[in-house]
This record gives sequence, C-alpha cells and structure tokens, in this order.
Amino acid sequence: MSIALVDVNAGRAAKRAPRVRLSELDVLESEAIHIMREVAAGCTTPALLFSGGKDSAVLLRLAEKAFRPGRFPFPLLHIDTGHNFPEVIEFRDWRAKELGERLIVRSVEDSIASGRAVEKPGQGRNSLQSVTLLDSIAELGLDACIGGARRDEEKARAKERIFSFRDSFGQWDPKNQRPELWDLYNTRVHPGENIRVFPISNWTELDVWQYIARENIALPSIYFAHQREVVRRPGGLLPVSHLVQPRAGEAVETLQLRFRTVGDMTCTCPVESGAATLQEIIDETARTRITERGATRMDDQTSEASMELRKKEGYF
Amino acid sequence: MATDRNQAAESDLLRFIAAGSVDDGKSTLIGRLLYDSKSIFEDQISALENTTRKRGQEGMDLSLLTDGLLAEREQGITIDVAYRYFATPRRKFIIADTPGHEQYTRNMVTGASTADLAIVLIDARKGVRTQSRRHAYLAHLLAVPHLVIAVNKMDAVDYAQPVFERIKADFSGFISELGARNVRYVPISALKGDMVVDRGENLDWYDGPTLLAVLESAEVATEGDNEAFRFPVQLVARPGGGRDQRGYLGRIESGTVAVGDKVTVLPAAISTSVTRIHTHDGDLQLASAPQSITLELEHEIDISRGDMIVHAASEPWGKSAPAITQTLEAHVCWLHEQPLDRRRPYLVKHTTRTVNALFEEIAYTVDVNTLERASDVSVLNMNDIAHVKLKLHRPLVCDSYEQNRPTGSFIVIDPASNATVAAGMIATD
Repeated sequence: MSIALVDVNAGRAAKRAPRVRLSELDVLESEAIHIMREVAAGCTTPALLFSGGKDSAVLLRLAEKAFRPGRFPFPLLHIDTGHNFPEVIEFRDWRAKELGERLIVRSVEDSIASGRAVEKPGQGRNSLQSVTLLDSIAELGLDACIGGARRDEEKARAKERIFSFRDSFGQWDPKNQRPELWDLYNTRVHPGENIRVFPISNWTELDVWQYIARENIALPSIYFAHQREVVRRPGGLLPVSHLVQPRAGEAVETLQLRFRTVGDMTCTCPVESGAATLQEIIDETARTRITERGATRMDDQTSEASMELRKKEGYF
Repeated sequence: MATDRNQAAESDLLRFIAAGSVDDGKSTLIGRLLYDSKSIFEDQISALENTTRKRGQEGMDLSLLTDGLLAEREQGITIDVAYRYFATPRRKFIIADTPGHEQYTRNMVTGASTADLAIVLIDARKGVRTQSRRHAYLAHLLAVPHLVIAVNKMDAVDYAQPVFERIKADFSGFISELGARNVRYVPISALKGDMVVDRGENLDWYDGPTLLAVLESAEVATEGDNEAFRFPVQLVARPGGGRDQRGYLGRIESGTVAVGDKVTVLPAAISTSVTRIHTHDGDLQLASAPQSITLELEHEIDISRGDMIVHAASEPWGKSAPAITQTLEAHVCWLHEQPLDRRRPYLVKHTTRTVNALFEEIAYTVDVNTLERASDVSVLNMNDIAHVKLKLHRPLVCDSYEQNRPTGSFIVIDPASNATVAAGMIATD
C-alpha cells in the first residue's frame, strides 16, 4: 500500500478525521482480500485454481494477504493439460512448496485415458480442461473454485459475476445469473452445485502487471523476452516443441519473444518482444494495440463465441 | 510502509453506470468513449469492421462494440450487467453497462449499487420521457453520488442550443423534486463524437466540460470520507499458527481506526480498545475504508463473524452510533421471477451477518414511471420497488442507506432455491 496522510482539514472550516488515502491498486487489492475471506467464511470446501500463470500467481499473493500468518483455508488445484510449458510446471511446483500449501494436480491425460474426454484433432486441450475440472470438483466435493479470470479479457467474461453460480452439471447459464449488488455476495449452493469465484474480476491486464511489479511477484521465465524457435501459422506464431513440429514447407525461425498468457503449448502464441523486465512489460502493455487473448489464443479465434461456449460447458 | 511503490498506480478509480436504451444511443456512447479514449484494440476494431460489413453497412458501427453474447443474439434477449474498463491518464473507469428493456429496473439497480456516477441519456429529438425520469429516480434511490444528464443526438437537432435548454428546464423540476444533488447537463452527439471525449466544432455555445472531463473530475467520495467507523467482522483467527492473539479479519466499510482507539463490539455492546492493526505488509497505526485488515483488541471477548466493531461514543467520531434492531424499514427492489411469498421466511444478508426474516408489511409500492405510490399491495413481482417492514430473527447492526451505503444495504436470499431475490436499502426512520 502506498499510504499518505492527507490533511483533509486544509481549506475547510469543519474539523474532520484524518484518513488514509489509497491508490487504485490498493482498492483492487482490498476488494480481492475481502472476496477471498467471504469464500473462507461462506463456502465449505473451496479450492484455488493455480495454473502457474501470472493471474493465478497474483491470486496466491492475495491469499497470503488475506490469511497469513495462518494457513490458506483451501488447497491449490491445477488442472494439467499435459501440454504445459515445462517452465510453468517447474514454477508451479516451486511456488506451492515455497508457500507450504497443498497442491492437488489432476490431469487431462487421465481423463482422455479413461475415456471421459475425447481429443479433437487440431484443437488444443483448453476445452478438455472442463471435463477434468468438473470431475475433480465432484471427486473432491468442492463447493467453490477461486480462479484468476478477469472481466476485461473477453466479452463472455465481461458479463460474469464475481461469485458465479454453476448448476449440478457445472454449467454457466448467462441468462440465469444471480444479481450481484454492492459487495454482498451470495455464497449459498445446494449439494452438487458449485460457485466459481473471481477475486480479480475488476483488474485489467495492466493492473495485474503493475501489481506484480509492486509486490515483486515471481513468475515463470517465459513471460519475459527470450530467444525461441517458432513456426508461423494462421492465427499466430507457435513455439516449436515435442508437440508442435514444423510441417512440410514451414520454416523454423528463432525470434526474440515472450508470452502474454500461458496455456496449452499447441495453441498459445508468443508475441515478438524485447521486454525483459517488469517495467518494460508494463510499458509494452500500456502501449499495445492488441487484446491479450486476441494476440495469444488460437482457440479464442475459432469463433466469435468460443469462450462463451467453453464456459457453458463448465470451463472456468 | 514502503514508499517506493509504483507511482503510476496513483490515478484513482471511478465506477459509473450509463442508463438509457439502445434508442437513446447508449451503446454508441459507450463505444465512443472507448474508441476516442483509445481503449479499443486493433483486433477489436477489425472485428467491428467485419461485423459492420456483414450487416451491409459502411465503416464501423460503434454500438456493436457492446454487442451481446451468442445466447442474447439467438434469443433476442439481453442479459443484465456487463462490465467494461477503460483508462485515461487521469483515471481508471469501470462502466456498468446495463441493457434491457423489460428487466430494466432490476439491471439498473444492480449496476447502480456500486456506481459513483450515473449518466442518464436523453434523446434530444424526443426530450424528457418517462424512462428518463425512471432512470434518474433509480440512480437517486440507490444513492449514486453524481448524476449527469447527457442530452444526446444533438446532431439530429442541428446542435440547437434552445433544444438543450428546454430539456434542461423540463428536467430540473423533476430533479429538484427528487432532491438529487450534484447534477450536471451536457449536450453531446455520441454518433459524431461532439462533447464526449473531444469538444468538436458544433457546440461552441456550450462552455462547460466534455462528458469525459466530467467523468475525470467527479469527486469519488469513498466511504473513508464517511467518518463513522464501521468494521463488520468477516473471520476470527485464533492464536496459534504464528499468531499470539485473536485477530478479527475484515474490511473497514467506513471511517478510520487508529491503534489505541476505544471501540465497542456490537450487538453485545462490549467496550475495549484497539491494540494492533495488522496486515501482511506489516502493522499500521491508522487504517481507513476500504482497507482489509486484521484488528487485535485489548480484552478477550467472544466475537464472531457478523459482529460489528465501531468507535465508542467517547471517541470524537463515535457519536453516530448504528442502530441495533430486529425490525427493518427499507426500500426493496424485487429481482426474481418468483414473486414474494409472505408466508415464508427469507434470509437477509447484511454486511457479514445473515439472519432469517419475514416480510411483515408492504407499506406501498412505487411506480417507477410516475413515482406514484400504491398501497394495499400483497405481493411483489420482479422489478417492483416497495417500502416494506421486515421482522428479523436476530438483530442487525445497521445505518440508514442514505448515511452509509455498505451498512445500510442488504440482499434477500430465498433459502429454498438459494437465489438472490431482492435488494434492500434501509430507510431513515
């Protein structure tokens, strides 16, 4: 918090109490802490979805702010697509260990192996995560999952509640959302139903980066500029890996780039960038003319309503 | 405290609601604000141009920027509130965009509940209409601190000053009847861009600020300005796990607290004093709304979630004590398709306390179009605004909504369906 005492008496006749002046990030932070504590008070078996990405790294810092010196009142849960960047998995495990909190990993591979999820050729596994997530919610008996989604990301997200109710099929019904007034959150569900909770709903991509810089939050290295082999595909650059090999006639280029989001390696595109420090990323984010998902997610470009359809199937 | 924090984060935040229908040009206005403040990205612009072309039009239809979801387009319905974000070098903005015709009251009440400012759009060609009065009334009912009347489509009336002045004169009678303060009138053309972000060249007779300048300069009265200290306890942390003393976790809803302050725990009315204000970033000497903190108190008292800590009456800012009551008089807006059933108990969630409640009496409903009251009402349907009397199973510690939005508001939950069925604003007695 950047705290400065303001002399509100200046120029006024009536004497007033002193107060603390808060920055916009302080206000967003306090809102998120309040939301996490409402989850702890109102939900029976919550979990925090931690992917190793920047937004969920911010959630972990907010959970520290809400509950330390106590333990988190929920475990961390990662739905692993099996298509993650190794740097992100390494970061995920390191961060959970550093915090001393329990990390539960459930795998999309297992859902495919057991026949619960079927891979669609040429499409990433982001949408298959819904199956594994819903199965994990049932297995662990979760009544709330805290996620790092933001309303500025996408138009389906723009219409979502902070406490977003899901029916017993895990589905989001945009027509039938609970009205959410003031900061009074309705945390009640029947058995089998659950709530997705988004404490950083009101944050923008820039807020997230400014907060990461202010709090000195560690992130996977792939968010910072580095050299990497890529191929050019319609929709964007794709990193070459064991999952993405150049097709006949495709040239492999080595470029300086970074990732704005982390997800399935087969459909998450890096952007060309020299931004190697947090301040450089903040400057680049403030200048960029392309939205976060527009630049980086091939699966969001499939149709105008990709996210909306995934969310209805239970995606977070 | 650390002082080397990023200074760029110092601009503040304004939440506003834009009230009006598509016909008033609301979508175009929001599109214009986003576009002219350079908050629209290239991929959104090209998507916009594509869609405009697909619909057989030229250029770029700004109203499509706020176009709805598949579910809305398929069924020709509108889904309540969408939140949109943009920033200028001066401020960050959150727009609560509330479309909808038939469900307008419900949507606008939801959006207005957190708004610092409401824009009411009036079509210059049509003048003040029923819905203009409805929008202003709802903004006032929800105690939105600033009201901006934007007279839109000035291009369609040749930017004529008398049209603007006539609308202003027509509306100000109603506004003063409401008792609304902080009201401004701005003539604009969202379509052409005049007086929204840029002044344009067509409204030279108007010497007030542009709409964006009004948004940038409206004073955001945080609850920190409200001097009555209100701290609803969210959670209690017990000793152990790195903690030697019981801590009371919560967010300051209004006012300021300092170490050493004498406080009273309500509703039990036990007095003690603050020994420590703890945060993860270190201890504080002073904390204000809306900070989330942990309080430690001098005496071991039985305090649980739902209790409220306030200043003792002996403190300079402790004179305005909240009410402790088992009956509530309040304005409610019914939000659910299933009407009120007065035979059944409902749950009232107020700050961090949830209690059983019965709707004992419906004093009257308000017709939001005429502001006329109807008594002799036995049922509340969706979008109804009513003055009611509630009987509570356990006491609440509250202020009137007019004095204190966070401690004067509540939601009503149906315990059978768990749906949020109503929103309430506690009346001044």
